[in-house]
Amino acid sequence: MKLQKASRYALYAVLHLASEPGRQFSTADIAAQYSVSTHHLAKVMRALVRCGLIESVRGVGGGYRFTGNVRRTTLWDVIAEFESLEANIEIPDNLEGEAEKIFIGLDIVNQELDTLIRATLDSITLQTLLRYGEDAAKK
Amino acid sequence: MSTAQATESLPTIHIRPANPDDGSAIIALDRLVTGSNKAEYWADFLQRFAGKNHKIQRHFLVAETEEQKLVGFIAGEIRAWEFGSPPCGWILALNVNPELRERGIGTQLFDALCAELKVAGVSTVRTMVRGDDKVNLSFFRGEGLAAGPYIELERRLK
Repeated sequence: MKLQKASRYALYAVLHLASEPGRQFSTADIAAQYSVSTHHLAKVMRALVRCGLIESVRGVGGGYRFTGNVRRTTLWDVIAEFESLEANIEIPDNLEGEAEKIFIGLDIVNQELDTLIRATLDSITLQTLLRYGEDAAKK
Repeated sequence: MSTAQATESLPTIHIRPANPDDGSAIIALDRLVTGSNKAEYWADFLQRFAGKNHKIQRHFLVAETEEQKLVGFIAGEIRAWEFGSPPCGWILALNVNPELRERGIGTQLFDALCAELKVAGVSTVRTMVRGDDKVNLSFFRGEGLAAGPYIELERRLK
């Protein structure tokens, strides 16, 4: 699985906001912190608001705030908006006979892989994800 | 980076081995969590895992409050040589009262069971959870479990 750029930005933003749940950060703050495009991040932030993972706070000192729970919100919750687990095997048109059977078989395998990938991504909370990184850094 | 998240205060919890008298509270808690009544299953389970039938390979622990209210339980056993697997601890059941979750009760139960399994001589713990059971999957992930070398396979019987 190749993580989309938008998923990476979404994880930066959500984890950054979750690090201080009571505080608001602007898109520019987060973009500067991770050296990413403010323009692209702004689109991602709007998508995260639509998903209900963050909220926009208006007024002086406004910005965005994390609304989830790091012990419940999973990796999949954050990236689902930007990723597709649809089968990557493109079945050519007009297949017949043995060739069609082979592609049908491959499609079944791909669906099984999608199920496993989805279950794995949806089992890792933000807290666990951060701990993986911290544990790896200690080693 | 670390995350700050408000966690409600941890009630004083006592972990102890289950006994046959815990049956009705265990059945009630399981019914509350799963929505199904499995009285016979748990009665049989307790008979094999608790009280005088308790063996070092099988453990059934309960969590109770200071008021002796049962608020969680965990069960596990040591299995060996299934398709070549060396002796390994298997977690077979875990339930915590939904109103008291995210306060460390599951972790206390898990740690206590792991300690018992370690004393019994195993160095690995394993479990099997439905792929869409987000609560249990994320809990075990949080306790450090990850995908291992075995893969669950199944099919409908013809």
